[in-house]
Amino acid sequence: MTEVSLPLFLLFSAVGLFGAVMVVTRTQPVHSALYLVLTLFAVAAIYVLLHAEFLAVVQILVYAGGIMVLFLFVIFLVRPPVPGERRWHGGRHVLLSAALAVILAAALAFNLVERGSRAAADAGALLAGGNMEQVSMTLFRYYILPFETVSILLLVSMIGAIALARKGEGA
Amino acid sequence: MNEQLLRYLVIPMAQIGAIIGVMLLCVMYLVLWERKLIAFMQVRMGPMRVGYHGLLQPLVPKAADRWVHLIAPIILMIPALACFAVIPFAGTTFDIAGQTIQPWVADLNIGLLYFLAISSLGVYGLVLAGWSSNSKYSMLGSLRSAAQMISYEVPLGLSIVAILMLSGTASLVGIVEAQRAAGSWFLFNPIYPQVIGLFLYFIAAVAETNRAPFDLPEAETELVAGFHTEYSGMKFAFMFLAEYLNMILAALIVSVLFLGGWLPVTFGIPGLHGLFGNFLPFLGAAGAAITGFFWLALKVFAVLTVYLWLRATFPRYRYDQLMSLGWKWLIPLGLVHVMVTALLMLLRG
Repeated sequence: MTEVSLPLFLLFSAVGLFGAVMVVTRTQPVHSALYLVLTLFAVAAIYVLLHAEFLAVVQILVYAGGIMVLFLFVIFLVRPPVPGERRWHGGRHVLLSAALAVILAAALAFNLVERGSRAAADAGALLAGGNMEQVSMTLFRYYILPFETVSILLLVSMIGAIALARKGEGA
Repeated sequence: MNEQLLRYLVIPMAQIGAIIGVMLLCVMYLVLWERKLIAFMQVRMGPMRVGYHGLLQPLVPKAADRWVHLIAPIILMIPALACFAVIPFAGTTFDIAGQTIQPWVADLNIGLLYFLAISSLGVYGLVLAGWSSNSKYSMLGSLRSAAQMISYEVPLGLSIVAILMLSGTASLVGIVEAQRAAGSWFLFNPIYPQVIGLFLYFIAAVAETNRAPFDLPEAETELVAGFHTEYSGMKFAFMFLAEYLNMILAALIVSVLFLGGWLPVTFGIPGLHGLFGNFLPFLGAAGAAITGFFWLALKVFAVLTVYLWLRATFPRYRYDQLMSLGWKWLIPLGLVHVMVTALLMLLRG
């Protein structure tokens, strides 16, 4: 990192953490969703600082532009929350969420201790073209089977959702 | 330090200022052109938009979420402006006072993806505007726009995949350069003319910008004014501006991807290229840049005219028709289009 990117990294990390805290403390689900978008943006900005522009753009395109809009859509459909109304207390799942957070933190810490921080072998080749080529080469050459398996998994869950939604329609 | 300040701050700021200034001017004249053209096509005179002349409440509605209500138009506006950063307005760099000026703000390697990502954020503005207004009509408009824009982003992306395959780059400058190297626009590409691609992109772009015949989120006859029913003053002006900026942006992208961007219109006559490439040879590279901008502007004007033509002549789609068109026709067509392009590139390339 150069001397410019360290303050920027700190700034974006702070914004991301602020957004993440706000996501879990807001009582209005629409506000939570918006703060999640803020966090996604902060993470995308950190990707750009790491010269992973492709990853940053895909993050915004898929998560901020697609999935979060669907989140909002579902929030509106389930029961349109009236602006200003305070409801939706997620307190029931605090213990479960805390347990999950601890497991995630432990996994990350273990990974860091076990493998340490390794620099990429050839940084120049990785970064060329906003590393779009590297990502697609890795994905489609070395990890094609896991990649396709994930897409089958998504297909299965989609068919499952449709089957559940149509149950009791006199099929 | 001073040199760096000039290169990385002053020149980009001047470029951004110029783009915003020119684009706002374009919006003014686009609105004028729309009124003139549609009045001409329908042999009538008249106001063009319900809900514009004082029908909207001048104040923020009482039960609204004030904060979200305020930022929604800003969320609409910022992506619309930010996308212009990657548009190449001409092909040649030129010198002014010893500084090399590029006719684009940034030529990113991932320019096309940047455009897709940033423009996909505009939907937040619509959704939040409708929700925060706390009105049934606005809410319905919001839900419609969310579903519509998510659905039509898929054919939009698919129509672009073929262009990426043909040009081998996601940089918008690189895409136009690839068309120059191929000797023809991608619309008339010898390997596989991208007629279906243009058709898909154009339909999807009309839906993405919420223009007629896909203007369901703001259908006047059903929803008063849809998501912006409760907006007025500067905030409404922002939404209005954002819509027209998005139209200009869609026309620019069509011109760059399919119609050769700044390349001159030569009707396939080889001798014309040198003549039409630079109208002002005494200005050197700057003349070539001005000429390139002229050709791009001409193409954008033509595409925008088709846009307005659609609005004047097509009835509005019903919501279920819109969805079945998108999912049952455009997306399968887009998938087939990508595969046919790949196959023909393999066979003929």
